[in-house]
Amino acid sequence: MSQYEVTFAGFGGQGIMTAGQLLAYAGIEEDKQVAWIPSYGPEMRGGTAYCTVVISDIRIGSPIISNPQCACVFNRPSFDKFTPLVKSGGLVIVNSSLIDVTTDRTDVDEILVPANEIAMKAGNAKAANVAVLGAFIGATGVVSFDTIKRIIKVKMAHKKAVLEINYHMLDEGRKLALKTLGKKAKG
Amino acid sequence: MAKVLMKGNEAIAEAALRAGAEGYFCYPITPQTEVAEYLSKRMSEVGGMFLQGESELAVANMLFGAASTGKRVFTTSSSPGISLMQEAISYMAGAELPAVIINIMRGGPGLGGILPAQADYFQAVKGGGHGDYRTLVLAPSTVQEAVDLTMLCFHLAQKYRNPVMMIGDGMIGQMMEAVEFPESYEEPPLPSPDEWAATGARNRKARIIKSLFLDPVGLENNVLILEKKYQQMIREEVRCESYKISAKNKILIVAYGTMARICQTAIDELEADGVSVGLFRPISLYPFPEKEILREATRKNIKSVLTIEMSMAQMMEDVERAIQGRRPVHFYGRSGGIVPTPEEVKEQVHKLLSAKRHSSKKKS
Repeated sequence: MSQYEVTFAGFGGQGIMTAGQLLAYAGIEEDKQVAWIPSYGPEMRGGTAYCTVVISDIRIGSPIISNPQCACVFNRPSFDKFTPLVKSGGLVIVNSSLIDVTTDRTDVDEILVPANEIAMKAGNAKAANVAVLGAFIGATGVVSFDTIKRIIKVKMAHKKAVLEINYHMLDEGRKLALKTLGKKAKG
Repeated sequence: MAKVLMKGNEAIAEAALRAGAEGYFCYPITPQTEVAEYLSKRMSEVGGMFLQGESELAVANMLFGAASTGKRVFTTSSSPGISLMQEAISYMAGAELPAVIINIMRGGPGLGGILPAQADYFQAVKGGGHGDYRTLVLAPSTVQEAVDLTMLCFHLAQKYRNPVMMIGDGMIGQMMEAVEFPESYEEPPLPSPDEWAATGARNRKARIIKSLFLDPVGLENNVLILEKKYQQMIREEVRCESYKISAKNKILIVAYGTMARICQTAIDELEADGVSVGLFRPISLYPFPEKEILREATRKNIKSVLTIEMSMAQMMEDVERAIQGRRPVHFYGRSGGIVPTPEEVKEQVHKLLSAKRHSSKKKS
């Protein structure tokens, strides 16, 4: 990997920005170059929100990414907007709890993660974003699971129960990703 | 200190504190409001002063008053707010006061939009207020550089007793990148403000800090004092960077800020396709790196220069002036908050190259 670009997109409040930031922190922890670019514009509460994270072994040039290698989409408007933008050979991770369609593109991998259901079952609806993050890391290995776990611990260490749910969400996401892509679990 | 992930606006705020900022005056405006949000908490922790004024007009004049005391003071705003501050900036230049003004630019003119732009180039570089004065202007292209240049701004403001501006587009303010703050803040020795500042006239003669000189000889003298400082800036404060400049380049791109790093990506991708292009990035916009651009642009292999901006051919005028007609200078830019992509930059380069092939065919 010399550079990896991923866009997280959904409603405001789904933890889109946080998912991207956790990934960016993990990139720094692994001594990589990172940039986290939010959507900012005349947004409204409950409207769409997205951020793009660039993780690179070398200096990051353009922070404007028109075609990321991966899109993690959390709601239907984001699915419609970002799935067509993913690079050929890339990856789409779909929150199938809220999106009832799948992509008709044949040149990208697709992983369906019922993130809200997994989160509700685990007892914390707010952790849905971490399941998608787990699927992303499981599928791409852009950062290691040890690193993202450490980051989540540092950022959410104030509550042990919250931490455990988040670890569980990471694992569930990873399992789904590996199962979908037919990969063997690493580490 | 280890690297931390920070939004540009927050990193600028922290850098200002580390450079010894003692007073901050602000009025919220997108896309720079996080500077104020961050400092509303942090300023009191370091014993500094945080003050949100009733308008940018008030803020700029508070800055004027506070700068008169010789303290390290600053403000941040975005384009329309910076316009409102211009009168006070002219007064501060006339009264020889050190102040730092940071503009996280959005699209204009007028109230414009809130997305990133570089359209305040003329305002910053050519003097947004009235009279014979200049502001020293620096432009970062990464969050780390925003940190480094913010700290430098405070030093330069004191060194020259002149307003110093840093201009970054909205992208610099909103983006998060890894930054590292120096363990301790060090700077070359400076003359003490005790020589001139309004610190209370007990046991010394009263001082007057002013920009009003009704006698034209006195006013011209003041302008000449300022001019001497600007000449010193031209000698000592030019800053720039080159990227992949080589004897293989046919085209030299000139770009600054976020636009420069977008051009870097385009240049890397062009290189992979066998097209060699170099980038010249001014870091100080005033003083403008004229000699340096002239030297790079007039290398034998360079056929033409391409200026790329998030504005409409503003910096291009300085590039043309520097190159003195010795190479054709072309322009590409977007405005209103639209940021050119690496693809657009590549397309412009290919257009120039094919136009050249076409014209040389004609000659033969």
